[in-house]
Amino acid sequence: MIRFDDVTKEYPGGTVAVNGLSLTIPTGQITALVGPSGCGKTTSLRMINRMIEPTRGLISIDGKGVADLDAATLRRGIGYVIQHAGLFPHRTVLDNVATVPRLLGWDRAKSRAAAQDWMERVGLSADLADRYPSQLSGGQQQRVGVARALAADPPILLMDEPFSAVDPVVRQQLQSELLRLQAELHKTIVFVTHDIDEALLLGNQVAVLRVGGILAQVARPADLLAAPADDFVADFLGHDRGIRALSFVGMPRLPLHPELTLALGEVPPADAPDWMLVVEGGHPLGWVRTAGVQGAVDTSDLNRSGTVASLTASPREVLDAALSSPARRGVLVDDAGEFVGTVRASELATLLEAGQA
Amino acid sequence: MGWLSTHGGDVWTLLLQHVWLAAVPLVIGLLVALPLGWAARRWRAAYPILVTTSGLLYTVPSLALFILMPLILGTRILDPINVVAAMTVYTVALLVRSVADGLGAVPEDVRAAATAMGYRGFRRLLAVDLPLAVPVLTAGLRVAAVSNVSIVSVASLIGVAQLGNLLTDGYNRAINGELITGIVACLLLALAFDWIIRGIGRALTPWTRA
Repeated sequence: MIRFDDVTKEYPGGTVAVNGLSLTIPTGQITALVGPSGCGKTTSLRMINRMIEPTRGLISIDGKGVADLDAATLRRGIGYVIQHAGLFPHRTVLDNVATVPRLLGWDRAKSRAAAQDWMERVGLSADLADRYPSQLSGGQQQRVGVARALAADPPILLMDEPFSAVDPVVRQQLQSELLRLQAELHKTIVFVTHDIDEALLLGNQVAVLRVGGILAQVARPADLLAAPADDFVADFLGHDRGIRALSFVGMPRLPLHPELTLALGEVPPADAPDWMLVVEGGHPLGWVRTAGVQGAVDTSDLNRSGTVASLTASPREVLDAALSSPARRGVLVDDAGEFVGTVRASELATLLEAGQA
Repeated sequence: MGWLSTHGGDVWTLLLQHVWLAAVPLVIGLLVALPLGWAARRWRAAYPILVTTSGLLYTVPSLALFILMPLILGTRILDPINVVAAMTVYTVALLVRSVADGLGAVPEDVRAAATAMGYRGFRRLLAVDLPLAVPVLTAGLRVAAVSNVSIVSVASLIGVAQLGNLLTDGYNRAINGELITGIVACLLLALAFDWIIRGIGRALTPWTRA
């Protein structure tokens, strides 16, 4: 557990970056610090590993004040990931990842073995080990940054806008991989971002800071969306709060409807419904408008507009699957990606309205 | 070529002397410039003072510096140490800025990451800052090396033997072969220094070509 106890950071000249921050960061969970630029989120993060010293107040890790610990020793026990990865350009990927183990005095072989292991766990192929950072894509560099932060298996991970410099597709991959890793590792993660959606997606709890370094609200994502503390938080959360809140509520028990399906190469029956789902080897491929099909169905007949939700998906994804389907019937699949049935938006809406979520 | 064929041995001796007088100050100068350049980067106020002062040293005429050295160091007039010391001054004059700018070229996020990983000051300097400063440092060293080879030849005027002797003697006695040999030898030596330093720089920075 990391605790901020009435922490203030004031710079000479009177600029207050963080103002009386009190915050508890629970062990084994992701706490997102979010806010506009100038809200002191990065300053707060950097005070944890003493890259910045607070002017007043106390920061402690598991009851021990960080100010009492040797800074370098403290930092070796805390993983750190920054925006542009901050990799050492003169070291190979493997040597970058092995940095902290080497600093901790592990021998070369053990350090490299740990580095290889972590490269694999963050999804980096082994043949990148001898490359230099400049030879990697932005996404790969960021993965190296994460592997380097984790290499000595620290209990705490500080992440300072780690995914904000990569393109949206890669960002999404990195976000879901972070969640996958966290499900295995249970690190205490402090994640700084200016993107409220990223904070809501990743954080077990979200701390919203306002300009001047004042904590506006700290809450679980669903509670934040359901009960913003003031106008600032409500504005910062932005539009579509009702829809976005559906990401964080439990999925009600929804009736699954069977569906008449077609395989490629089949001819729709004479009494076919307007839209039929094409399924190949159990996997849904898309919908066809039966009236428009000449003879056997081929891939050119497919309408791919519908999204697919898994059985474990949130109401938001299930609702989106239903609304994006040209048949207005949302396609649900199991863990193996095989079609299990369809759902109706109206039925989901009724359940949500009744508060069964 | 006629002159060289009968004086090959002498030229070789002078060449070795020249190498020694130019190379030793280069090494000592680098070792002196490293902490000075680091200090210029470390304290904002120190940068203009250190870089300007050391740069001014370069404007002192070499002959004057050679003559002053015995007074400053208390050495004998003909001692080659005078030349080594004076050349070290010139090397430092050129390299303080290179060291400071080379260290300044280390990206801020890399520096921050190194600190956050748990590097302490001096170890970070050796493991992260200095290796990344090598390209800028190499460029400065190449200039200093060529400059040293050129300036050392003036030492003939105070009686310290090296390739410059071929120039003064060839000129005084109007021996064209000797004069040309001196010029060509200095030129080749400067090229050799440049080539060696570039080679070392490349060997230390495989990452810049990746």
